[in-house]
Amino acid sequence: MALNRDFIGRSYPAPEPYEVSRVKIKEFALAIGDENPIYLDREAARAAGHPDVVAPPTFPIVFTLTGASEALADPEFGLNFAMVVHGEQRFEYQRPIYAGDVLKHTSTIMDIRSVGRNEFVTVRSDVTTLDGELVCTTYNTIVERGGAA
Amino acid sequence: MAATIKYDEVEVGQEIPPVDYPVRRVNLIQYAGASGDFNPIHWNERFAKQVGLPDVIAHGMYTMAQGGRFITDWVGDPGAVLDYGVRFSSMVVVPDTDEGTVITVSGVVESKLEDNKVVIAITAKSGGNRVLSKARAIVRLA
Repeated sequence: MALNRDFIGRSYPAPEPYEVSRVKIKEFALAIGDENPIYLDREAARAAGHPDVVAPPTFPIVFTLTGASEALADPEFGLNFAMVVHGEQRFEYQRPIYAGDVLKHTSTIMDIRSVGRNEFVTVRSDVTTLDGELVCTTYNTIVERGGAA
Repeated sequence: MAATIKYDEVEVGQEIPPVDYPVRRVNLIQYAGASGDFNPIHWNERFAKQVGLPDVIAHGMYTMAQGGRFITDWVGDPGAVLDYGVRFSSMVVVPDTDEGTVITVSGVVESKLEDNKVVIAITAKSGGNRVLSKARAIVRLA
């Protein structure tokens, strides 16, 4: 069943800000097998010119899916999660994310398109500080296998 | 920021030597926990096969993270990554063995931009397939 195109352009603010912690950055870094001291040790991060430990480039995936996942789970949208795989992902940084950052984001469904038998959905998330400073923009494309058949 | 690679010493076409990153089932379990992505295709073989996959597959984001690690290790500072994007072109199948599988990542300096920025094209392979395509990172060098 094709996905509901009425969802294109809809935006979903995250329900609450995300507080980036040293503990979570460490957990994520170790889970990707990366023991870079700039992720794990504040002194090493400071020696490299950062105010605190830095989050790995793919870290925003931890919190940016919360806004849009509610929309994607809406029965009206018609997505069969069992058939979903990840198609594309991009992170565009204005500055690194640091432990201590308190971030909010809004996710927008940018595009829904059929390619062969599959449906592609692209969601953009704009991640900012509470003051509205843009920190990074993420682009997430998921593929529903067989969704357009 | 403290990138350790100098812009002036990098040439277009320069290759970044390949690195092997082993992946076993336990890595996917750990990644599921840290990322919050508990899709059973990444840890439940029975479920993966029911939905038509050959076996448990790695999270695309796990593979992307290995590409990121390759870049940040090369450049010397994770804060130097300005842009990183990939397309997931093939699955990383992770069998239930002690060895699991391996993701091999390599790169090449594709272009040099203003402000000490360079574009790195990344290649990631597993099980004989290219698992990332259109994989590019923009990093700021020293």
